[in-house]
Amino acid sequence: MNDEVLYRKRFDIQGRDFSNAGNVSSQVKAVLKEIGIEAYVIRRTAIAAYEGEMNIVMYADKGELEFLIDREKIQLIFTDQGPGIEDINLAMQPGYSTAPPEMQEMGFGAGMGLPNIIKNADKFEIQSEVGKGTTLHVIIYHSKHPE
Amino acid sequence: MNINKDAKNLTKESSASTRRSLTLREVKDILQCKVLSGEDKLDMSVDVACGADLMSDVLAFIKPNALLLTGLTNAQVIRTAEMVDIKAIVFVRGKQPTAEALELAKEKRIPLLSTKFLMYESCGQLYKAGLPGGSELDKPT
Repeated sequence: MNDEVLYRKRFDIQGRDFSNAGNVSSQVKAVLKEIGIEAYVIRRTAIAAYEGEMNIVMYADKGELEFLIDREKIQLIFTDQGPGIEDINLAMQPGYSTAPPEMQEMGFGAGMGLPNIIKNADKFEIQSEVGKGTTLHVIIYHSKHPE
Repeated sequence: MNINKDAKNLTKESSASTRRSLTLREVKDILQCKVLSGEDKLDMSVDVACGADLMSDVLAFIKPNALLLTGLTNAQVIRTAEMVDIKAIVFVRGKQPTAEALELAKEKRIPLLSTKFLMYESCGQLYKAGLPGGSELDKPT
């Protein structure tokens, strides 16, 4: 079966911990490299993972990433206990951001996070509830010739 | 200067000046850089450069085998480089990376250089030397 999970790992992501921001994405990338996924797919997954991780670090108290690989696709499922997104359509517009200036000084929070994730995903779903949190589901196909 | 004669010509347009890869040693010479880490990797070459202070833009526009020029100095720059396999980073305007960024770069074996030139001047000089920008690689050849 193509959707039989071959690899599964759950990572905790600590909100506001900028020293470790990127650590989880780095581990995701290392796994993909070890498995021998194509460079182009690794690149797209790494970008989506890093932007997703930065979003949790910037906005949420805490969150997690569930990372799944099967024969045809890579799945990144980000779940956070954060403020939630009031207007998802607005948040998906390039350049729209609610990030405070200190985030922008770090090179993020300029309203490019979700657009970057969408650009690199083959499938993308977002659910958010104000005051509760946000879930992002990213799917990237890695198999050019599914069995 | 150690000119790489085999550097591939990245655009076939006869009107454009010859586009080519540069070694980090050439970049170092052109921008009179201090090497902060990766002294042993100066013979590595880069095919394209990207100048930006916004890491999300770097993630959106960067091409493979790139040199990043930036004025941002925190560890997120190194993380960004790691995620998209940026070959090396030049800090412009005489900026120095934070201790955390420097340590991470050494761990990830990413060469760091620093130049006194401003962003515009640095990009201009590398461009004049032949190193193309990302959008040129999108052009059909």
